[in-house]
Amino acid sequence: MPKKAETDSYRQVSVSEFFEKNRHMLGFDSLQKSLFMMVKEAVDNSLDACEEHGIIPEISVGITLLKEDMYEVAVLDNGPGIERTVVPRVFGQLLYGSRFHVLKQSRGQQGIGITAAILYGQSTSGEPSVITTRRPEDAVAYRFVLGIDVKNNTAHVHSEDPVIWEKPSGTEIRIRAKGRFISGKQSIGEYLRELAVVNPNAKISFTDPEGKKTIFEKSIDEPSKPPKATKPHPYGVEIGDILSICRESKEDSLESLLSSSFSRVSKSTALEILKNAEVDPSTPPSRVEKQIAEKIISGIMKTKLMPPSAESLSPITEHFIRTGMLSVYGEHKPSFYGKPVSGRVAIYKGNPFSVETGMVYGGALPSDETIQVLRYANKVPLLFHPGSCAITKAISELDWRQFGFEQKQGKGVPYGPAIIMVHVYGPRLPYTSESKEAIAPVDEITEAVKSAIKMELKQLRKFNSRADRNKRMGEKFQLVSTVIPEIAKKSSEILSLEIPDCRVVISKIANVVFVRESIKEENGKKYSVTEVINYTMSPISMNLKVIFGEKETDLKIEGLDMSETFTYKHDEPLEQGMEAEYYFTGINPVLVQGAEELPSDWGLKGVETYESEE
Amino acid sequence: MSQRNDTEDEMKRIAKIIYDQISQGEIPELGMKARIRENIVLDPLLGVWKYGDQEVRRNAKKMDGAQFMARMLYSIQFITEMLKESKSSTLREMYYISEGWKDYKFHAQEESNLLVEDMEVMTTLMREDFHLRPEENGASIIGNITLEEKNRKGEFKRINCRDDVGDSGYTIPYNVEEEKLHLISHDADMIVAMETGGMFDRLVENRFDEDSRAILVHLKGQPARSTRRLLKRMNQEMGIPVYVFTDGDPWSFRIFASIAYGAIKTAHISDWLAVPTAEFLGITATDILQYDLPTDSLTDQDISALNAELQDPRFMTEFWKNEIETMLKIGKKAEQQALAKYGLNFVTDTYLPDKLNMRY
Repeated sequence: MPKKAETDSYRQVSVSEFFEKNRHMLGFDSLQKSLFMMVKEAVDNSLDACEEHGIIPEISVGITLLKEDMYEVAVLDNGPGIERTVVPRVFGQLLYGSRFHVLKQSRGQQGIGITAAILYGQSTSGEPSVITTRRPEDAVAYRFVLGIDVKNNTAHVHSEDPVIWEKPSGTEIRIRAKGRFISGKQSIGEYLRELAVVNPNAKISFTDPEGKKTIFEKSIDEPSKPPKATKPHPYGVEIGDILSICRESKEDSLESLLSSSFSRVSKSTALEILKNAEVDPSTPPSRVEKQIAEKIISGIMKTKLMPPSAESLSPITEHFIRTGMLSVYGEHKPSFYGKPVSGRVAIYKGNPFSVETGMVYGGALPSDETIQVLRYANKVPLLFHPGSCAITKAISELDWRQFGFEQKQGKGVPYGPAIIMVHVYGPRLPYTSESKEAIAPVDEITEAVKSAIKMELKQLRKFNSRADRNKRMGEKFQLVSTVIPEIAKKSSEILSLEIPDCRVVISKIANVVFVRESIKEENGKKYSVTEVINYTMSPISMNLKVIFGEKETDLKIEGLDMSETFTYKHDEPLEQGMEAEYYFTGINPVLVQGAEELPSDWGLKGVETYESEE
Repeated sequence: MSQRNDTEDEMKRIAKIIYDQISQGEIPELGMKARIRENIVLDPLLGVWKYGDQEVRRNAKKMDGAQFMARMLYSIQFITEMLKESKSSTLREMYYISEGWKDYKFHAQEESNLLVEDMEVMTTLMREDFHLRPEENGASIIGNITLEEKNRKGEFKRINCRDDVGDSGYTIPYNVEEEKLHLISHDADMIVAMETGGMFDRLVENRFDEDSRAILVHLKGQPARSTRRLLKRMNQEMGIPVYVFTDGDPWSFRIFASIAYGAIKTAHISDWLAVPTAEFLGITATDILQYDLPTDSLTDQDISALNAELQDPRFMTEFWKNEIETMLKIGKKAEQQALAKYGLNFVTDTYLPDKLNMRY
């Protein structure tokens, strides 16, 4: 098969007239929603393009009010730019897109989004859109003034001019259209915020119609990995797919068509499928009619195939989720950042998908409101139709009470100080509508979401029980380290006597060795300091393993006297959300608070067998 | 009342207990009479209810107890300094001063009031000895009794509580001890102490004080210490019998009990405050039935308060047992002003004379 030129992978389906009359199907169903959709389509395209070309994205969005209800939306990126001859087709023809018929996990609508935005602008403002684009290899940028010829489903290029552009590469699109600007839960601002969570490597800036500028700075300096395109798996195909693949194929037999067009199908499995289908393997694809296609489908169903490969899945990744949640929601000073969870690869209708989750908890987040749910499908925030979405359904069906949340009768969106993000990703996710605003609540997906959230919440339970213990320990520590000395001091002041030695009293009350982490600030940087305080009746010795992120340190403490403190400052400054973990050996476990007994299989240098004191 | 040095010594004694315990390596612990219902006993000699022998011991093993001790030491230090400078402060001021005690400050005035009472119990002194006084609560008197009150210039000013006062009467000051208030003379047969202002005004307007030779006292709900103390002094020093006229509900019964028997919270000073011969003229369950008075239904809190009273040693008499059980049975309570059902003069012409005759 000849290698296809890039421009060849765009295929035409003539429907622009239809869509102009039915634009609500694409999400352009109200003034505020339409404005939102234009931004979303442009930004999604920019992110996809940057990702495909390994570029760290810088995207700026500006919305200007021209007159009542009339706005100009401008989206500028630093992406790869578009070859000038392709521009009219990319922007000006509905269902022209590089992704149609290619099985790949991507953000934007399949080749209809940005054209629909231009079409919407044209029909509400009467004005064409302005597109400026430059590739790094081009000497100049090209500026197109471009509209859509609805009857013929082609671009109507009003003008095309080379222009001097200070940017080395990128694309800018300006669309004038009717709209309404709002803020809040389903706004452009919220969309960009939630995008920033899953694109911590992107700098996203936004200027609203009042001139207020919000910038989400990047906190990771590496491009995200592009998804891989894969061939469809036979278990996912339908009759229509078979027919269109056959129509477009240049292969001369069904046998070679099956093995070249589908994943997990070799020559021999192709023969097996066709044998099970009772179809002659040498049938030319051009002769395939509905009847034969039906036979092929039943042949596929009768044949055992390898499950689809997960190669086509493009996760946000744990590192990105963690960093994104930290930088966008750090302002709430959460007391707990859940380690992002990535679920197993599951299959829906022959297509692989998976789930990732992340969570922040506590701090200044309100505990008397419902939790905030960030829904994502293929890295795109879903702000609309939460009620019909698989993610909301999974959350509502889970019993959150066992994890310390409030939930009426164990159903519905729970109340608690948490923001949870759920990302469902995979090629051909089932959506509830063409505009991809909610994931269809099919059992396979809701179950996968539930199990990922459960894993996330299990960490929280662990954290909460530790937090309880820490609170009790904190109180006792406060009692012996502050209140008792204060009582001693006050009583001596009243009597004008020497301050009495209260070490024995303290040891009698506490009778433990406290291991605690405190924060020390030096030169504007925060450091973790480990303190071991002996509040027992006699000197102690112990070994302490400090696990701090990736780093492990073994401390040997010997002959620490009553009421004496051992301190150890970590060399590296503290990152937000990091917490030291402590494990000990060589001392009676009942005497230690604030550290766990080291599991025996870990080994620790200088381990001594413990001898009972009494 | 004690001298300054005694007070200071008593305060230091508490600090010394704690100091010595710490020096000896003992977890500090303070003991005091238990201020609970189960620990009040009748003093057969005085006829008032006082604390029994049950002790509570509070130690510094837990945060609560340690905080209590630290606060007590802060309070002692504050009081001893105040004594040295011959200053005094209100209980409210002390509560605000504790703001500066940071971790050991009081979180509500109730907390600081309780602590002062604890110190009274421990030292057997009174808060006046600590130079702490309550806010004025403005309870008042109308009737033919003559007093002398020391004014700010230090002069004793003579006041007749019928002729020298306006309609709202003579306002009882917070200190009613001899150093501040002399009881001079009276021409009355009884003291009628009323729970509500409305009834006080009714009796004043109906000239009950003159016609029935009564000294009328407005208690303003649960009476302040000074009001109870003045009732006690008038009763003890002038021999005037005290009658308590309240609403008919469990809370009013407690008002009477605190006057006649002593309050649970202040049982350490019952002999100084309580009037054991005081009689109850308030609305009873029997009155509700007999006079067919307009009523309200008992609330859940009312019912549990009545049940608690059935367990309260102060109410373990035939009379109270009968009235409380009847009230629980009919499930109704009534205000004293419900007597107006039979006209404005009914209370003075019929109700009170009937009740008083029944008593004699």
